[in-house]
Amino acid sequence: MALDEFFVTGEPLIYAGMVSIALVTSAIIFLLTYFKKWGWLWREWLTTVDHKKIGIMYILSALVMLFRGGADALMMRTQLAFPGLEFLDSQHYNEIFTTHGTVMIIFMAMPFLIGLMNIIVPLQIGARDFAFPFVNAVSFWAFFLGAMLFNISFVIGGSPDAGWTSYTPLAGAAMSPGPGQNFYLMGLQLSGIGTLATGINLMVTILKMRAPGMKLFHMPIFTWSTLVTCFIIVFAFPILTVALALMTIDRIFGAQFFTLTGEGLPMMWANLFWMWGHPEVYIVILPAFGIFSEVIATFAKKRLFGYNAMVWSMIIIALLSFLVWVHHFFTMGAGAFVNSVFSVSTMLIAVPTGVKIFNWLATLYKSRIEFTVPMLWSLAFIPSFILGGVTGVMLGMAAADYQFHNSYFLIAHFHYVLIAGTVFACFAGLVYWYPKMFGHKMNERIGKWAFWLFLIGFHICFFPQYFLGLDGMPRRLFITNIAEWLPLNVISTVGAFGMGAGFAVFVFNIYYSYRYSEREKTGDAWGHGRTLEWSTTTPVPFYNFATVPYVDEIDPYVRMKEEGKTTFDEKKLKPIHMPSYSGQPIIMMSFFALASFALVFEWIPLAIAGLLGGVACMAFRSFDYDDGYYVQVDEIKRTERKARGL
Amino acid sequence: MSAEERTTGPLEYRTEAGRMSILGFWIFLGAEVVLFATLFATYAVLFGRTADAPHPAELFEPSMTLIMTFLLLTSSFTCGIAIHEMRRGNAKGLATWLIITLLLGLGFLGAEIYEFVHYVHEGATLPSSAYWSSFFVLAGTHGLHVTLGIGWATLLLIQLARRGLTNVTSRKFFIVSLYWHFLDVVWIFIFTGIYLIGMVI
Ligand code: HEM
Ligand SMILES: [Cu+2]
Repeated sequence: MALDEFFVTGEPLIYAGMVSIALVTSAIIFLLTYFKKWGWLWREWLTTVDHKKIGIMYILSALVMLFRGGADALMMRTQLAFPGLEFLDSQHYNEIFTTHGTVMIIFMAMPFLIGLMNIIVPLQIGARDFAFPFVNAVSFWAFFLGAMLFNISFVIGGSPDAGWTSYTPLAGAAMSPGPGQNFYLMGLQLSGIGTLATGINLMVTILKMRAPGMKLFHMPIFTWSTLVTCFIIVFAFPILTVALALMTIDRIFGAQFFTLTGEGLPMMWANLFWMWGHPEVYIVILPAFGIFSEVIATFAKKRLFGYNAMVWSMIIIALLSFLVWVHHFFTMGAGAFVNSVFSVSTMLIAVPTGVKIFNWLATLYKSRIEFTVPMLWSLAFIPSFILGGVTGVMLGMAAADYQFHNSYFLIAHFHYVLIAGTVFACFAGLVYWYPKMFGHKMNERIGKWAFWLFLIGFHICFFPQYFLGLDGMPRRLFITNIAEWLPLNVISTVGAFGMGAGFAVFVFNIYYSYRYSEREKTGDAWGHGRTLEWSTTTPVPFYNFATVPYVDEIDPYVRMKEEGKTTFDEKKLKPIHMPSYSGQPIIMMSFFALASFALVFEWIPLAIAGLLGGVACMAFRSFDYDDGYYVQVDEIKRTERKARGL
Repeated sequence: MSAEERTTGPLEYRTEAGRMSILGFWIFLGAEVVLFATLFATYAVLFGRTADAPHPAELFEPSMTLIMTFLLLTSSFTCGIAIHEMRRGNAKGLATWLIITLLLGLGFLGAEIYEFVHYVHEGATLPSSAYWSSFFVLAGTHGLHVTLGIGWATLLLIQLARRGLTNVTSRKFFIVSLYWHFLDVVWIFIFTGIYLIGMVI
């Protein structure tokens, strides 16, 4: 393969991308070398199995991916507001909407939430780490390398361009030759396997490692949402694994699953994709519901209203989420009966969702609300998300969907649920738990600026899109110079840049707070913490809890505070067993990443070599009987006394 | 992670770590069920879409698949005996029966490879049609699992020779046995769903 086939050439924007990648990489290498930080990086981060550090790495990666996806979005909006400029050509536009969608859902929303789960869930249930800390590190590196593999596509080999849904036959070998689509397949496969492993890991952690006395129905609601989400992950992700594998076999080894020849069935792909894809949208919304529930209860200073109803509605949503996938292609022609069944099941989901909304409102009712930044995000979520949910029900009416389908109405719907739901929750959760992660809060004043810019930008950007959809503007279109559509498109683009500004302020706040925020002295940063994560000191010691409290109620920390109890009971101290750090996860996954990269270019011998390397690492691990070490009582005492100022 | 250890009950359940690994593996098997269910669904949908390639009823032979079924079902039985021996604390019995299990598994694999080669000679290849794609991928995924299982159990046998029966090794053997029985169950579905139905329709 010639070099100019390997690298993408002829596009000024992409040359700019290459230059910036080269600059950033050399800057990082230079800084690490100059400050002699390589050893630190390896010892403290690349080999870590500590759930808190892994969580931070997830969140940092997710923020970078949010930046990348956001840059894609702004490019698309620029093109749509000024079609006359010919800023993007059709091919480039196709690539950008594909990478935008994929990056945002797979490499931004999910890792962000999984990052928060990583840090918070063990703390909420009184555990000292995950059930399988080594596997947790493997999962992270699978996600991270999968994301890098996908992202490198725009400079090497070319980006995928068949949409994040990658419908066949368009995405098949005949109509999308070359490595682009393979990047999509392998990037998702690699990170998807990591997600599945995390799902199992967290499920076992929650089922087996709760504090003594803590029953399932004592668990904090965010932990509940995680458990339910893991259930969805375990039953939905294998479907994606299979779907991606089948398309890979189609493309690389000439099978005929989704082809137009050999009696293949392209619509099989749509079915498989959405059998995973619809549960996937609930994978990214249920944890968001969990975060909002925590934040609202904390700043309404009340116990969450209707705890049991909240849990059961999540469970019902999880079950229903597997029964609605056909609503994504009512127009495929499955017939009136099938469409009606799925129409009804779709609308049913609105019922448990409505229950949750009323419970949040009831929690707020007659409470003394404290308007902190996480609370603002949560309060803004409720009305905004309702707009998305109600239009979802409109789309769920099969007959009407023949009009709405694949129009900007649909685009507005899912951005209202994904942004007002998932993204607001990520911001709310990050700000809320920030002191637990970094030992200081984010600045509230700057945080409010970021919030208002983002919120207003969001509504200006997406509300007009409902009307564009009703005016007949289809999605994935790059020419919009139709007089009727242009004004609303311009307004929408203005809003998009508002969101971009909001994000920039948010990121600036991370820097500003790092420099200037007051350092936390107690563990209960907001003063109204209700659940166990607030009972640990800040920063959280690596073993989390010196002594694990006995829990027999919801919101145990409220009573602990009243009774003056802490997680440091000198009389009960015992040596703590902790897992050792290991370089194996990153090495193992690098081999698999190498194999995936080789498969993208269909270099079979290299792919086999990579696979064998990965399998050899697994075998090596099987012989590794290192089962951790003990932290001695003295060390625990010293650490706790220092952290508590005793 | 607590390192407290019980003194009664099967070795593999005595530590919390052992119990967690076993639960985790059960959940993993749940995911595997979904994986195979998806492949079966794909197979069912693509059934009959053979294009110009031979029809399965022309190629499937009862004798060959019966031999494969016999080999794999017996191996599940011997695997059960191996775990029984392990529970009795008999490392040697465990090793012997597990080796028999793996040999039966190898026999199964050999038969499957022979069968695949035969079909390919008759013109039923992976790219020949949607039906044959789904056949090879479904049966092949199962075969790949069997291969991995054989490799994995072999590694465990080496560990057994080095360390004897401990909480950890017996947990590993117990888990690999769960995996092996699971593959047997999948095969029963393949045998009835693919071969028996394919021979009559
Ligand atoms: C009351 C709840 C909801 C209902 C009734 C609903 C209904 C629908 C329907 C019928 C469609 C397909 C429309 C079409 O293609 O013509 C759709 C698309 C979509 N929905 Fe929802 N939805 C709901 C909630 C959510 C949530 C919570 C999320 C994510 C957080 C979400 C994300 C999406 C996405 C990503 C798509 C479209 C993907 C694409 O085609 O690219 N929805 N929704
Ligand atoms: Cu859906």
